[in-house]
Amino acid sequence: MYSHGSESLIKQARDIQEAELKKFYRRLAKLLQGKELGHEAMDSLQRLHLILSATKFTRTLPAELQKGLLPLLSSPVEQLQLLSSAVLRETLPLSGEELNYTQEDVLQLNSHTAALLLSQAGSRADLSSLCAQLLRSLESRQSDGPTHSLMQTLPILNTIITHSPECLTEDHLTLLSKKIVDWLRYASITQGGGASSGGFFTGPRSRQPVPTAELDGTVSGDFFTVLCVGQGFTDDQWMNVYSFSMLRHWLLTYHSVPSGSTIADADDRSEVDGSVVSMVSATSSSSRLLPPKERLREKAFQYCLRLIEQSDRKALKRTDTELQKACLVEAVCILDCVCVEDTSLVYRTFPCVKALFGRLSSDLTFARVLLPIAQFYLNHGEMAAVDCESVWKLVFGRFPAELFNSPFLAHELLRFLRLNLESLQLRVPEYTRSFPNLLKFLAWDSPAVVDDFVDLLPSLVTAETAVELLHTMLDLPCLSATLLLQLRSTCSPISEPGGRGLLSLDAFRSASLRGLFLYLLRTEAGSGDTIDRLSTLHELLAEAADWPRVVQCAQTVPVLLHIFFSAVVMIADEKLSAHLILVMLERSSLLLNIPTYIKEIHRVFSCHLLRLCKLRPSLVVDQSHELLEFAGTTANVYSKDEIYTHVVWALGEYLSVSSDSRCSVRLITSCFEALEAVLFEITSSAPPPGAACPVPRVITTLMSALAKLASRSHDLIPRVSLFLSKLRTVTRGGSVAWCTDEEDLVAIVMRGEELWSLLKTPGVAQSVLTPPPHVTTPQWHRDTNLSMPLQLRTLTSLTHTQ
Amino acid sequence: MVRCFLIHTVCPVSALSAGESRLLFSRVFGPDEGVLTEQHRGLGPEERRLLRREKTAVVARQVRSAVSLSREASGRPPVEAVPGEEALALQEAGSGAVRLRAGDPFPEEMSALWLAVQSLGFTLVCEPHENLPLAEGTLRNLTRHCLEHLHMLGPGSEVLLRSDRVDALLSRLLPHGQLLFLNHRFAQSLEKEVAAYMAK
Repeated sequence: MYSHGSESLIKQARDIQEAELKKFYRRLAKLLQGKELGHEAMDSLQRLHLILSATKFTRTLPAELQKGLLPLLSSPVEQLQLLSSAVLRETLPLSGEELNYTQEDVLQLNSHTAALLLSQAGSRADLSSLCAQLLRSLESRQSDGPTHSLMQTLPILNTIITHSPECLTEDHLTLLSKKIVDWLRYASITQGGGASSGGFFTGPRSRQPVPTAELDGTVSGDFFTVLCVGQGFTDDQWMNVYSFSMLRHWLLTYHSVPSGSTIADADDRSEVDGSVVSMVSATSSSSRLLPPKERLREKAFQYCLRLIEQSDRKALKRTDTELQKACLVEAVCILDCVCVEDTSLVYRTFPCVKALFGRLSSDLTFARVLLPIAQFYLNHGEMAAVDCESVWKLVFGRFPAELFNSPFLAHELLRFLRLNLESLQLRVPEYTRSFPNLLKFLAWDSPAVVDDFVDLLPSLVTAETAVELLHTMLDLPCLSATLLLQLRSTCSPISEPGGRGLLSLDAFRSASLRGLFLYLLRTEAGSGDTIDRLSTLHELLAEAADWPRVVQCAQTVPVLLHIFFSAVVMIADEKLSAHLILVMLERSSLLLNIPTYIKEIHRVFSCHLLRLCKLRPSLVVDQSHELLEFAGTTANVYSKDEIYTHVVWALGEYLSVSSDSRCSVRLITSCFEALEAVLFEITSSAPPPGAACPVPRVITTLMSALAKLASRSHDLIPRVSLFLSKLRTVTRGGSVAWCTDEEDLVAIVMRGEELWSLLKTPGVAQSVLTPPPHVTTPQWHRDTNLSMPLQLRTLTSLTHTQ
Repeated sequence: MVRCFLIHTVCPVSALSAGESRLLFSRVFGPDEGVLTEQHRGLGPEERRLLRREKTAVVARQVRSAVSLSREASGRPPVEAVPGEEALALQEAGSGAVRLRAGDPFPEEMSALWLAVQSLGFTLVCEPHENLPLAEGTLRNLTRHCLEHLHMLGPGSEVLLRSDRVDALLSRLLPHGQLLFLNHRFAQSLEKEVAAYMAK
């Protein structure tokens, strides 16, 4: 597909030399002067376009060439219009030669010139005058005028109002509202464009008007819509299509209730609007009496109801079935829009939307249509006192569970959640409990949706489910593997010769082990934080550790864990914080064995363990038993050095009376002894077979922790000093089995000596190693007791010249 | 509205670094948003064009990354369709949607829908309130036409040398970025016009 040929073409275009380029310009300018423009001119124009668009730096064309190109914009040959427009869009207009926005012959404005005008528009004023021109031509249009210029009016206007809604004046809005109503509701209902009713008899006599048909072939019985077909179409039927295509955007721009009003005298209008609104709801039948804006709303409403009815028909062509779905989405969105604008319409709309929901809810192929319906229920369900439970069961239950692998549904569902977060958290209790299901989107296609989860995750963190959420996130790669197995299990035969995933697939299908996998596939939180046989599950899934989807998932977990902890810290009380610490300690050895995954998780744990301890220092004393158990296990030094270091540091820092008054001398001593034992062990012999030398930081952290503890209970000082001096002696003898790097050894010994000399003066050691709170968190200017003397002293030293 | 339509590489290109994508066709619809915002008011037309190009390059890169991750995850071997097998190529094409956050690179949040056929990606950047099912259908339709009329499954470079055909296609099926609700009859009528243009 993309060949060397293409690559070299682009390269040539970018690297063309100035001289050659100038020659080319001259030749082309000459060609354009000729009367008839043949293949050579076309090819040269193509080449020019390639040269201009191949580089991001703009090339300016010589004036002569530009002047030759401008007339081509109104050439009768479309290819010339197109090429000249494309070329001029890639270059700068000559100053003074910019297309005049007040051209009189704007009636001849073709699509390609319009595109150029739009891309060159330099200000709102330019766009406004273009709008004015278009609408003038629309108003004064002869019925037999060129169709193309009429049909592109609405797309051009739509693109302008996307960027600059105030380009249309009040009068313009009224005019367009009226026209759109005409096109939407009163388009011709007979087939246009020379539709003949038969093959043989094609004479003037048989040119009876043939009515348009529905998508299932039956004759249309009501007004024309985009879901009506005919052999040919009249102009106003085309305009029906264009009008509907921009209708929602129009309503969103000009009809949303307090729309930072872009039209003048909005204040007066809002009062009038209010009274008109109440009139509308009562007189829906006599819509001709309504002002244009309200009339458009009413007609839009009717159009959408008709589309919903038409979508129930079985279309003969598959592309039309897809269009019906798109129309349903649009219709429900527009209904939502008009109901937001005029809440009295809700009572007329809800029965229809409810019926539609009933019709579609069991068919998963309509899932993407059900999302706008869910939005409708969310916006208006409360007001209409409708029970929305079945909707949420679908959105939070079936969709994630069964459609986790449809990328577009995932994109739209997650977007729906993001946009309605506040509302959902308030009104839909199912939301926060549905994270096991929602995370299936993440487990399946992490790179595509991780961005959405960065925004959604904080809202899923609640005090009741935080622990379960943590477990679930840690096992996300397992979920990823399980989803793959689930899909594979439904697709492949029971016994497969060879092929990957055999062991785990068998396990997935076996009755005794199925429960483990079913736990991961659960749809709701609340049935237990995690399972007992997690290690079994990890073993069964060991071969999944290199499956691409699982690896991609594993890469996103650390990032989301950071977000989780940042969120949980805001709502966690003492009890929950303690529980989280325990979970971290427990899970540090209970993770799916993917290279670098375990290390990354440990890093995240270390960071947040420390954070929790810093926030609530008394946690260390509270959980001292478990922390000591962890810190006293020598194996942890080798397998979990990152966490180990942090746990030891936390113990050293916070196991003191100033953090928690319950901290007894006995506690300090037992902690000291546990750490001392480990330190002895790792510095007295070589590491166990298979393990690397202990990380130097572990050793220095242990030493510092011991010193800190000793400074709080001075009886322990001699023991530390003894150890440190022994250490110095041993290391003087040269290399040691537990540390291979000389520089590291030197650093360790230096730290040892610093601590040793510090501990020689216990009082100083205590202030340095266990500083009182007012030292670690100085108040200075905030504390009136301190600040006053400081201020006085500063003033004195400034004012007294001595 | 659709902000832009891009055709770009999603395979490694020797002249570019690993994550980069070569843009073969890029069409941005509508006025330049830079003229209307305070932020870029001081920029001249040249700088604005550069900014536009940079933005489309950013989109292409993000889609390229999404495509390669998606292909890696699915683990399916790529299907090599030959000219004449456009329908097959389209059927086998991967597809997805990338969320472009506000500011990265457009001022508002956008959705980039993509279709990856072998070494090329076809991307439609839509405003998020847009009808995405309709956008997806339109993208498929556009891709099919591009593959057929520009013989993209073959080794030629028509997408570069006949870019006017893509413009002609866009002017009918996606005029100025407007997605259209076209039933098969309306679509047929427009496609006839397109075919007539291509025949010249």
